[in-house]
Amino acid sequence: MALDRRIIFVLIFAATALPLLFPVNLPITPSPRVRAAFETVDKQPPGTYVLMSLDYEPDIKAELQPMSIAVLRHCFRKGLKPVVLTLYPAAPGLVERALAIASAAEGKKRNEDFVFLGYKSGSQSVILGLGESIRTMFPTDFWGTPLNKIPMMKGKNSYADFPLVINLSGSAIADYYIRIAATRYQRPMVLGATAVMATDYYPYLSSGQILGLIGGMKGAAEYEKLMDITGDARRGMDAQSLIHVTIAILVLLGNFALFASGGLRPMGSGGSREGTGR
Amino acid sequence: MRNGPLLVTFAVGASLVAIFFIPHHKVQEAQSVLLDWANVVYAFALILGSLSLWASHQRKVFARAEGWIYSLVTLLALAFVTVAGTVQGVEEGTLVNKYYNMVNSPLASTMFALLAFFIASAAFRAFRARNAEATLLLGTAIVMMIGRVSIGEYLWHGFPPVTEWLLDVPNLAAKRAIALGIGLGAISTALKIILGIDRSYLGRS
Repeated sequence: MALDRRIIFVLIFAATALPLLFPVNLPITPSPRVRAAFETVDKQPPGTYVLMSLDYEPDIKAELQPMSIAVLRHCFRKGLKPVVLTLYPAAPGLVERALAIASAAEGKKRNEDFVFLGYKSGSQSVILGLGESIRTMFPTDFWGTPLNKIPMMKGKNSYADFPLVINLSGSAIADYYIRIAATRYQRPMVLGATAVMATDYYPYLSSGQILGLIGGMKGAAEYEKLMDITGDARRGMDAQSLIHVTIAILVLLGNFALFASGGLRPMGSGGSREGTGR
Repeated sequence: MRNGPLLVTFAVGASLVAIFFIPHHKVQEAQSVLLDWANVVYAFALILGSLSLWASHQRKVFARAEGWIYSLVTLLALAFVTVAGTVQGVEEGTLVNKYYNMVNSPLASTMFALLAFFIASAAFRAFRARNAEATLLLGTAIVMMIGRVSIGEYLWHGFPPVTEWLLDVPNLAAKRAIALGIGLGAISTALKIILGIDRSYLGRS
């Protein structure tokens, strides 16, 4: 079936733009995995220290930035103390922004209610090093204040001081955290990942190595729903819904048209005459 | 001393494996020292990588090779971020922070967003029910595409349970099998490297 690809591009553009301009607020039902992540954070007593590693760059911020803001706001609302770091060189700007939005929304202050350690190169060795000494890995916070001069960091120096580890990641860094923080150091862990990555981590959820899993923008929207807030994820789900339906309709139309034109034979009659697709 | 690198690899690899299983504090202190070394190596790798990037693009610019203008942009961006970041820092309000928020972040997001258009076009052209397996894949993909977004629940309340079953049963079984396979493969590859059987990392087979 010949269809100018520019028509497809226009349809996708319209499916993206229209729901963003005219939101319809489609229903969102939290999945058991996101609910488990939410409840793991929710049941921590106030004052609990949470180690958060936010490892993503601007290319996937549409999925993980709303997730970070929702989880940070949840921590703040519960009175938890997030100690945040990143292992991605282009992430500090996004993390700083997420912290600013979440702390402003919940009325929290830097170095009193949260600490941002900034970026450190070395991914796997840093994750391993956090089990030995946070101060060796991050002698200062993101703004250059020595950790020893931050009252909130007093007596906090390794995984042992953090009853919960949260990793929101768009890469294999999530695997390292599961292997090292959750498995070797036996820390309860919640994971957030992009939608395409999320299914890779289902086995770790069923084995109990992670306690909850937030997958993609949908997971972030479900978390926002549980938080009873409306953020970018819930706003974005209308657009994502319409795009998925548009693609599904296009695929079905393509197959029906090909079948009707004889290009696609019924199964059992030798398959398709079509090549590898056009 | 041709076997020097192999001996170093064996010593470090075997030590790290041993350290993992020995909880004694002296052994853990040794791990801290090794981690410090690793961080120093990472820092030098970052410098080496930046210099290599600079040299590679500088050659293209001087030779006026195809796409040299993009190499020039890379060089200018690298120089600007390095100098401004070193002089001013990267905090809110600095030049690097503005560059990040106004140039880097929108460009990276735009590049990734373009994928939606190409994936839609590719799906339309290539997703064909050519045989039983392709039809099964096509059907599952359609159910997942619609069932995993909010509109799926709105269209039919049965979509979410079906997609959850697909994720929790066939997907989980396949992912677990793949993960176990990767794990065993990683152990096998690590042992081959530690024992000097696989020497490809030295630049020879």
